[in-house]
Amino acid sequence: MGANESGYIGQSLRRKEDRRFLTGAGQYTDDVTLPHQTHAYFVRSPHAHAKIRSIDTSKAAKAPGVVAIYTGGDLEGVGGLPCGWLITSVDGTPMKEPPHPVLAKGKVRHVGDQVALVVAETRNQAKDAAELVDVDYEVLPAVTNPVEALAPGAPQIHDEAPGNHCYTWALGDKGAVDAAFAKAAHVTKLDLVNNRLIPNAIEPRAALASHSASDDSYTLYVTSQNPHVERLLMAAFVLGLPEHKLRVIAPDVGGGFGSKIYLYAEETALVWASKRVGRPIKWVAERSESFLTDAHGRDHVTHAELALDKDGRFLAMRVNTTAAMGAYLSTFASCIPTILYATLLAGQYTTPAIHCEVKAAFTNTAPVDAYRGAGRPEATYVVERIVREAAVEMGIAQDEIRRRNFIRTFPYQTPVALMYDTGNYDQTLDGASELADVKGFTARKAEAAKRGKLRGLGYSSYIEACGLAPSNIAGALGARAGLFEAGQVRVNPTGSVTVFTGSHSHGQGHETTFAQIVATRLGIPVDNVDVVHGDTGRVAFGMGTYGSRSLAVGGTAIVKALDKIVGKGRKIAAHLLEAAESDIEFKDGKFTVAGTDRSKTFGEIALTAYVPHNYPLDKLEPGLDETAFYDPTNFTFPAGTHICEVEIDPDTGVVEVVRFSACDDFGNIVNPMIVEGQVHGGLTQGIGQALLEACVYDPESGQLLTGSYMDYAMPRADDVPSYQVSTRVTPCTVNPLGTKGCGEAGAIGSPPALINAVLDALAPVGVTHLDMPATPHRVWQAIQSAKAAA
Amino acid sequence: MGIAISMTVNGAAVSAEIDPRTLLVDFLRVNLGLTGTHVGCDTAQCGACTIHLDGRAVKACNLLALQANGAKVTTIEGLAGNGDLHPMQAAFKECHGLQCGFCTPGMVMSAIDLVQRHPGADEATIRAQLEGNLCRCTGYHNIVKAVQQGAAAMSR
Ligand code: FES
Ligand code: FES
Repeated sequence: MGANESGYIGQSLRRKEDRRFLTGAGQYTDDVTLPHQTHAYFVRSPHAHAKIRSIDTSKAAKAPGVVAIYTGGDLEGVGGLPCGWLITSVDGTPMKEPPHPVLAKGKVRHVGDQVALVVAETRNQAKDAAELVDVDYEVLPAVTNPVEALAPGAPQIHDEAPGNHCYTWALGDKGAVDAAFAKAAHVTKLDLVNNRLIPNAIEPRAALASHSASDDSYTLYVTSQNPHVERLLMAAFVLGLPEHKLRVIAPDVGGGFGSKIYLYAEETALVWASKRVGRPIKWVAERSESFLTDAHGRDHVTHAELALDKDGRFLAMRVNTTAAMGAYLSTFASCIPTILYATLLAGQYTTPAIHCEVKAAFTNTAPVDAYRGAGRPEATYVVERIVREAAVEMGIAQDEIRRRNFIRTFPYQTPVALMYDTGNYDQTLDGASELADVKGFTARKAEAAKRGKLRGLGYSSYIEACGLAPSNIAGALGARAGLFEAGQVRVNPTGSVTVFTGSHSHGQGHETTFAQIVATRLGIPVDNVDVVHGDTGRVAFGMGTYGSRSLAVGGTAIVKALDKIVGKGRKIAAHLLEAAESDIEFKDGKFTVAGTDRSKTFGEIALTAYVPHNYPLDKLEPGLDETAFYDPTNFTFPAGTHICEVEIDPDTGVVEVVRFSACDDFGNIVNPMIVEGQVHGGLTQGIGQALLEACVYDPESGQLLTGSYMDYAMPRADDVPSYQVSTRVTPCTVNPLGTKGCGEAGAIGSPPALINAVLDALAPVGVTHLDMPATPHRVWQAIQSAKAAA
Repeated sequence: MGIAISMTVNGAAVSAEIDPRTLLVDFLRVNLGLTGTHVGCDTAQCGACTIHLDGRAVKACNLLALQANGAKVTTIEGLAGNGDLHPMQAAFKECHGLQCGFCTPGMVMSAIDLVQRHPGADEATIRAQLEGNLCRCTGYHNIVKAVQQGAAAMSR
């Protein structure tokens, strides 16, 4: 495909990466094999909470093929896994950060907690030997629900966190909120559970660690969304290694959705052990281990209240949330239900006063951390559910109540810290209404009723904040890392380009999108641009991919590096063309003296930079290779409206999503095909949460009851419809690309749209409340209880 | 300990001495280095390991290598001929039916089998038939489009 006037921007280029994936030539971590490699298997706790009285490895050590066995006691001098965000409680005390050992020390705190590492010649041998490790446990009572964990008398999980309390944090002006409620014409109250989810990237986590005795350095292949962060945390905070002695490679990665952001115990243990064993060690999670040990998502219990005036205008909102942290603080766990949650509670609305208090609790479960959307789906669920209830209670149409409260002047300062730069919420609501054929709904509902089915329509007008920034403000709010991104553009002597990005692609298609940006700017064919990512040995630095930040932050870093390339190219061209630098224009791959036909191609400039015979060596370095670091001045704010239409069979409780329409504003779009794909995937994850998925622990034993695909309902092809999606554009004002991010929107907007549709459908039979997921059993029971109550 | 097996994989005869409990998927991945076939679960439900055994799509994690003794196996690596993508592979690329690519080999192998069994499949049939293959990235929308387009191309 050739470039048009705006180059490749806005074109649905087919992806550069696809050929290798389609022919089986992808290189995922488990596909990498190193000479003489060994295999690891972890002995894990079968109990949710127990003291370890003793561990006897003697029998296992004699099993065939066993190379080594390590337990917590062996890891002397190895630190605990760190948490990257310090949250300060309302009373000024720092959050409780109990140790998070790489291998359990003295106690286990959730089913699946890693107790010992067995290394053997083959995977099966490691697994067989692991069964022979004899751990003597003293089982303790467990608690898996965050509200129960904070109740008096709950089992105590960490000595360092009395009452299992991690922090109590708040945002907003409580006085203003109380005053507004006092004069409200109407108050809507709602209790909600945001169900715990298990991310389930289809590629399980995996790691392959090796140590080189010749220079005492380590190499780790790992399923990571952010290899540089992984290296920094592991080297500096846990193992005490100098960073330059640890190379982290995240090769092809089979989906992440947040779950592969974090520094996990397994890869850390492997790196440590690879030197002791003196051979490479590979570990690949079995899916059962993924269920037990990948960081989970959501798990909030919330009470919310919305105050309105007599016309349905929002006066104030009050939110109290209890959030589960799980047994240990995962890498970014603490900032999800706070910084990324309460700040989003204004939604698309002019609500003048908002107060939110969040209590975080330790529970005997897998840790909870960011999962697609991370805090923002939870906030959107609160806002869009309560807005629906308020509209129903006050007899206002669902679209009308939203329009009455939309923010229409930008920039807009919300009462919960964020400053929205731009947006047009009427436009996306109009767009979604069109796609959803809202006008025809009454007729469709009547037709369904004739067949004995209940139809409902649900709205969700969401906002998200992407590209978390800037670093200094985040730092003031407790972030222990920077939030910039790095990009390097290396022009090779013949004019082809290699781009190194700190962003990481695990499905997002950066190899294509980023190449489109570079090729467009330099006026060269897109095939002349290759994008390298996921290797600390090749990429200068990076914060990785999460929070829909790659294009807005990582893409902008590349744009900044391109600015430097073009700037230097202009200097070289000025010299060759014997003109003033200010007279040189760069367009369509040519440096031209303004107003003349004298020009040099980009390729000629590249060659001159590397063969500097006729070159201003006294003023300019040879070479054409530039790096830029970009720290955004603000978040970006994608927004849109999703409308879901469901049909329910009241006899079975089965909910069918018959139509799902999403109109989103992601700012400028580089590759529409890839953006649509991101929306489809996000919608399906959100529909999964609202319709099918629930992580369930047995409240007594703390056993994970949904520990396989037999019990945890993943959305399958026949659970979801084909989608109707469209976009509207208000360019982002924060970055030069004008782009906002699209990776999480689908998962953020869709759950409340679906539940609102279900409640709309069930209203005629008297059902007024339902928690996710809307499984046939739950829906059927809600219908029966409503009937009984009538 | 070892037991001898032989089969045809992607048109080439292979034989080996293996531990009898070796799964077919491990035989392909570890013994033959054909890492295009993936493992996404331990309960035979994700379909990432789907291959063709004597022309039928099967989950290679759910068979012993021994059970494929004497059989004709095709993996994702064996689909493209002379550098040209199989029409179904081409359709997945054209329709953006893949993101991270991890489910993709299994998805493509299933899709080809689906089209052979249901040449004129409509959307509902395609969705029902893909029930054994999980994808966490694409939301299936573009996979369904790809299967439709691939089916059309295969019938040409
Ligand atoms: S690996 Fe075979 S079905 Fe999941
Ligand atoms: S493309 Fe990632 S799981 Fe399907």
